[in-house]
Amino acid sequence: MTNAIATIEILGKSMGVDADGNLVNMGDWNEEIAREIARIEGIENLTEKHWAVINYMRRIFAETGDAPSIRKLTKESGVDTKELYALFPKGPAKKAARIAGLPKPKGCI
Amino acid sequence: MDKLQEYEPVKKVSIIISKGSLDGIYPGLIMANGARMEGIDANLFFTFFGMEAIIDKKMDHIKVATVGNPAMHMPTMVGAIPGISAFATHMMSKEMEKLDIPPVREFIEMVHDAGCKIYACKASVDMFHLKKEDFCKQVDDILTVGDFYGISAGANIIFT
Repeated sequence: MTNAIATIEILGKSMGVDADGNLVNMGDWNEEIAREIARIEGIENLTEKHWAVINYMRRIFAETGDAPSIRKLTKESGVDTKELYALFPKGPAKKAARIAGLPKPKGCI
Repeated sequence: MDKLQEYEPVKKVSIIISKGSLDGIYPGLIMANGARMEGIDANLFFTFFGMEAIIDKKMDHIKVATVGNPAMHMPTMVGAIPGISAFATHMMSKEMEKLDIPPVREFIEMVHDAGCKIYACKASVDMFHLKKEDFCKQVDDILTVGDFYGISAGANIIFT
């Protein structure tokens, strides 16, 4: 786990974030926090499809220590590439990881 | 990291792919896909032999260059033996699959679905006597150099 370089306040609770602004402590995260981060990122409503992506990313992160690649994500989460970009405009992997309370994905694909 | 904030972030890229070998095509595809992942607008422009990556009948048969490629560390005569290029291609494809890098056709579909526009170069299309129907369906248009600069307004242009 990386060390926090700053703290932010979400829903009245202070939380550590890394250089990218992503939560460093997985224990800080819950669904309500995710909805609030999404709102800050400009996504007003997290739909079932958003949750499919978020939950899939958290599961892969717990198994492998990194977020999945977009290719793996679109093959296994039930959300295809076009949908993924529509759900998380302006950088799907990065945005979904932030909302999921995970660090920015390390892979290039 | 602080220093980076003094600079304007990259917002749009136009990537030109001009070579038809596996190692000539992939870097541009990876950069285009990476741009879309970061929320950066992207165009891909295929010219000369780079068009092999979008010609329907050819895109599944792209090979690694084993001759004239010093980084293969292989004598020219060995590189020219039939089957060597196919073998090198097979090995590289296997390594790329491990990294979740898809084959060319799937990669083109993926970047196009990600919102990257795909174009063929008019001069090359005319030179090789090709038609729009010869290309895979993800090709959005055939552009002149002038059109290309037009759609590249505000973009960083990357030649590969």
